Amino acid sequence: MERLRRWIQVLWFFLSNGYWAFPVSGTLYQGPLKVLCSPGLNCYSCPAATTFCPVGSLQQLLLGVRLSLQAGQVYVGTYVLGCMGLLGATFGRLICGWACPFGLVQELFHRVPSPKVAVPRPLSWGKYLVLLLLVVVLPLTVLDDFGLGLPWFCKFLCPAGTLEAGIPMLLLMPDLRPAAGLLYLYKLGLLALVLLWSIAAFRPFCRALCPLGAFYGLFNRISLIQLKFNADNCTKCGACHRVCPVGIRVDQSPNSGECIRCLRCCTEACQFDALSLEIAGHALRTTPAPADESVRQTGRS
Amino acid sequence: MDRKNGVHAIRRSAGRLRKTPLVLLLLFLLLFLAGIGLDEPARVLEQARSICLSCIGIG
Repeated sequence: MERLRRWIQVLWFFLSNGYWAFPVSGTLYQGPLKVLCSPGLNCYSCPAATTFCPVGSLQQLLLGVRLSLQAGQVYVGTYVLGCMGLLGATFGRLICGWACPFGLVQELFHRVPSPKVAVPRPLSWGKYLVLLLLVVVLPLTVLDDFGLGLPWFCKFLCPAGTLEAGIPMLLLMPDLRPAAGLLYLYKLGLLALVLLWSIAAFRPFCRALCPLGAFYGLFNRISLIQLKFNADNCTKCGACHRVCPVGIRVDQSPNSGECIRCLRCCTEACQFDALSLEIAGHALRTTPAPADESVRQTGRS
Repeated sequence: MDRKNGVHAIRRSAGRLRKTPLVLLLLFLLLFLAGIGLDEPARVLEQARSICLSCIGIG
């Protein structure tokens, strides 16, 4: 299952970044597909990006909302929020685990051999703060003389933008290089920190800072696709917790907002049918092995 | 399921369909359609076709 997930992540990476003519055209993709929402965090200024980034677009609409309303255009983010909500209510954070390009990058860095550390649990609240402050409140309220806000998350935090757009665009467009100053260096440093952290910890940006993960996480308990826990079958062996890359007590909170639905607990750990994936009320159980009665008794003891 | 062959069993069982996600889906579908009605996709497309200098650490 883990191999399947990796292939699907790679597939989504190339679906979200499928315009490989940019070295010839010298600019980013400008076709009609860019009206579609990228499910994962994927900068739309990446020269290969074929879809729009929901976080980037939402910020851009919110920071210019006063001007657009004055011009009689009601661009308040309903389309973008609708796209995000449809994805969230259907999949929850399954998108993070299976379809996010920057999540894949972090997971690949995590394969580098090194001592591994956990992400401190209080940091998981950081992503909700980022969503509220950097994506919504500050772009709406901190305005320049013209009534325009700033894309705070993209400008000051997003490492995906630096990796997928900042570096490639400067390589592609030499004219932009003189304009890259301290802010560019700061963002390069931030990207390096996130990638180094990813070597030691599993997907630290997703767990501590990603506003899209925070948004999808709000839906994990109510989305159409969920984990179903059957307490009657649970032997409290703790295998699900040990295998969970984000450290969730799956038997206590199977639909935690932190769960990225990698399904390792279902497919690699639980042998007692205590965990299953539920899609619109239908359980799909993917168990590693049917435990015979002797194993079950051992597990219960 | 045959563990030696690494085959995972997938068994299906019917369950009860919860209403909350369907209500949310309807709500967000309405938002999505309202956005289309307000011509927001054209604005999103216009933004996505241009380089976001802030996103790349310039400007």
